[in-house]
Amino acid sequence: MIQRTPFANALTYGVMIFGFLLLIGPFIVIVSGASQTFQQVNAIPFSFVPQDRLFENMGAAWSRANLGTAMLNSFVMASLVTVGKVALSALTAFAIVFFRTPLKGFFFWMVFITLMLPLEVRVVPTYAVAADLFQPVRLLISAVTGFEVSVDWNLLNSYAGLTLPLIATATGTFLYRQFYLTLPDELAEAARMDGSGAIRFFIDMLLPLSRTNMLALTTIMFVYGWNQYLWPLLMVTDPQYKTTMMSLVALLPSDNGTPDWNVTLAGSLIIMLPPLIVVAVLQRWFVRGLVATEK
Amino acid sequence: MADIAIRAVRKSYGKNPTLHGINLAFASGEFVVILGPSGCGKSTLLRMIAGLEDITAGEIAINGKVVNRLEPRERGCAMVFQNYALYPHMTVAGNIGYALKVAGVPKAERLRRIEETAKIVGLSDYLDRKPAALSGGQRQRVAMARAIIREPKVFLFDEPLSNLDAKLRVIMRAEIRKLHQRLQATSIFVTHDQVEAMTLADKLVVMNKGVVEQVGQPLDIYHRPASIFVASFIGSPAMNLFEAAVDVDGACLAFGGTKMPIDRALAGRLGARHVTVGIRPEQCVVAPEAKGVSIKVDFVEELGSGRVIHSELNGHPFAASVDEHTRARPGDRITLELPLAQLHLFDQETGRRIHVDLEPRAVSSAASHPTLQAV
Amino acid sequence: MDKRAAFRSWWLPSLFALPQIILILLFFYWPAVAVLRWAFTLEPPFGGAAEFVGFANFQEVFADPLYWNSVGVSLAFALCGTLATIFIGLVLALAVDRQLPGSAPFRFLYILPYAIAGPAAGMAFRFILSPERGLMASVNATFPDFWNPAKYGSHALLLVIVVFAWKWAGYTFIFLLAGLQSVPRSLIEAAAMDGCGPIRRAVDIQIPLLAPTLFFLLVIMMTEGFVGADTYGIVARTTDGGPNHGTDVMVYRIVEEAFRGLNYSGASAQSLVLIGLIMTFTFIQFRFIERQVHYK
Repeated sequence: MIQRTPFANALTYGVMIFGFLLLIGPFIVIVSGASQTFQQVNAIPFSFVPQDRLFENMGAAWSRANLGTAMLNSFVMASLVTVGKVALSALTAFAIVFFRTPLKGFFFWMVFITLMLPLEVRVVPTYAVAADLFQPVRLLISAVTGFEVSVDWNLLNSYAGLTLPLIATATGTFLYRQFYLTLPDELAEAARMDGSGAIRFFIDMLLPLSRTNMLALTTIMFVYGWNQYLWPLLMVTDPQYKTTMMSLVALLPSDNGTPDWNVTLAGSLIIMLPPLIVVAVLQRWFVRGLVATEK
Repeated sequence: MADIAIRAVRKSYGKNPTLHGINLAFASGEFVVILGPSGCGKSTLLRMIAGLEDITAGEIAINGKVVNRLEPRERGCAMVFQNYALYPHMTVAGNIGYALKVAGVPKAERLRRIEETAKIVGLSDYLDRKPAALSGGQRQRVAMARAIIREPKVFLFDEPLSNLDAKLRVIMRAEIRKLHQRLQATSIFVTHDQVEAMTLADKLVVMNKGVVEQVGQPLDIYHRPASIFVASFIGSPAMNLFEAAVDVDGACLAFGGTKMPIDRALAGRLGARHVTVGIRPEQCVVAPEAKGVSIKVDFVEELGSGRVIHSELNGHPFAASVDEHTRARPGDRITLELPLAQLHLFDQETGRRIHVDLEPRAVSSAASHPTLQAV
Repeated sequence: MDKRAAFRSWWLPSLFALPQIILILLFFYWPAVAVLRWAFTLEPPFGGAAEFVGFANFQEVFADPLYWNSVGVSLAFALCGTLATIFIGLVLALAVDRQLPGSAPFRFLYILPYAIAGPAAGMAFRFILSPERGLMASVNATFPDFWNPAKYGSHALLLVIVVFAWKWAGYTFIFLLAGLQSVPRSLIEAAAMDGCGPIRRAVDIQIPLLAPTLFFLLVIMMTEGFVGADTYGIVARTTDGGPNHGTDVMVYRIVEEAFRGLNYSGASAQSLVLIGLIMTFTFIQFRFIERQVHYK
């Protein structure tokens, strides 16, 4: 389209640059603050010019908050959540979409109701379950047989406790379902005519075709897993299982101590980096995946 | 090679019946076309033969063996889908050979057969491409190759040409016909396009609203349509249909001021009643005044090889095909002779054909007019 | 919801769905039932027999002015946060959608804040918008006490809303840009033929056609603001619910009540109210999606 709209164009660029300052500005402040000395970071007015102390500050933050363990734990947690979700959701969505069984509607509603209640609103009882995993089983057994069984297994301070409750929701299943529904009916029929059964169809057709979908879900879930704050706070008491979000507290300057915000900012920069990199690298798929959840 | 028997087959989705008891028998090696408007149940019937759709009642037998409860892969049918249903992540070779891979055919033999099949459909140079990089016609060929490679007893085609442009459709039609001559496998081809049906079929099945209207050879059906539906569905432009009264005393068919004399004994046999009269546009003959019915030209369609005059008769639209030398302008009056031998009579209540010969000599004249208008 | 071609088997899909069903039963349905049970009983937090108390827990919750304070704070937080994110996302999406030369990098950059965890962002903003250092210190030097989230609840609330909006603006941007790009090009061209300039086109054509997406985002972001995973983290790491309960959102209060006050019953009653609220949102959304399908 040919259009000469100098005013609208100038406005458009103005808006885009303003958006840049608004959304990326904080990153600039964090990076410059994190690379300054204690005096520079506390100076008024604040200087946006990055200095050369970034790695020193990062090093200080790393040892102060014991970030080595925390980064490892967060990485394991995020990866487990990602892998668990990507795998389980694909299977569940396959069961829901491609089979004709009376149980189909039941599965569907059972899974999709979970979209309504995020972990945060049922956090108290979920914590109770994780603290005493066999309570439901025990109650069931005693109700049916009258015997009091004493099995005890809690998920506190374990990777299972950190990840399993987060996998128990439907976001991923929903994403896969949307994708499966876009595939033409004839694809499964052609595969059946070619002699392929359900499992073969899943492995030969659905898995390779959902690659984009998986990358999208991987991005979303990695960010989700890495950024969990409340749940690890409840599940973990052993410093060995601390995650990065919990180390944030240790990074904060205390009210009466030295306000060495340069170290704090350097530390939070380290913590922000992994999900930031994942989103930046997988952005194309991530965007596609997000948008697909709407439909 | 297999014969197929369909006995009293019904299909309902929930409470909605879509097929009301179908009985058909197809001989081995026959090319059968099932023709009907969309929603008539023709695709459902095909999918039931393939094993993709449950059979509510009745039975389907292939080579004498009832297959109602067999999985698609156990029936020995191959199917070409309307949208081809190619596997988008596999190459052409992968698509063609997938059935063999599932069946566990060793790789070397698989490759050999893929190449052979690709040669038959002319895809040898495209084996490494993905379906997205192919044209519509090539995709169609891949879909056919995928069916051929399995050497099936029965080929099923579900409107395979409807996604192609008009020119390509004609070419692919010829190729399918040639392929059938070469492979001689029983083929069932579903379409809503009457030209496709007429040109391809050994045996034509016309369906409407879940029932079979007529089964027969294409020309038989064209010349002796068994019902108003078949009459109006086959032939282009469509057969003219209008209402007429049988006058027993005057021994004539009366419509819109015209009285067309018929045999007195015949009129007696028909009895005094209203019937639906049909005549194909290409069998109306321009005649001198007072020898036929007079009509007013509404508009004229030019076809190049001739023209179609549109007008009205007795309140119904009426079309007549004339040759290119007959001049007509909107508003002109023209007289058309409607030869008795070419008239079809249908019962108004049942819609079925009334089997009478208005002019016994007509048989030979019908044979001399094997006109079929191609679209 | 139904696909035509389905495989026929009942045990295979059951097997496939089993792992997730077990997890959901254990970590979703069982806790959901527990919330119900606790909300109507009074139970000593660890051990001891529960006693059925009817609506007493709710009465106690509703009688607490601090609860109503948290409802108000949550409402303000979710509403302002939602409107801010949608507005920023919309304006940026309209700008980027014009596809002027050089706009591609912006599209990439705007999404980045979404990757940042609420608590981490909250901590960074504690510095960036601190009254004593960072960006606001100069302003405060001229007008003392102009900005002090550590002292004034309203400032603190504004601060957490800013963090929320910063983190989620890129998210709404993605959806709105996708929505804009699905508006048929021919409509824009038709409007141009009718003599509309770019701004007029945005107001008259693009924004009305975005209505479904805008509504979707409204529901999603309101839910996020009320119960989102990041809402708790943002509040906890930016202001700790203070000062003087000024940022004491409902989720924060529930968690505090349960794990600091050890009042499971009160927390469960509050959860139940919140769940009711979310269900209402979701219900509205489902109804709307149904209608949307109707339109097509």
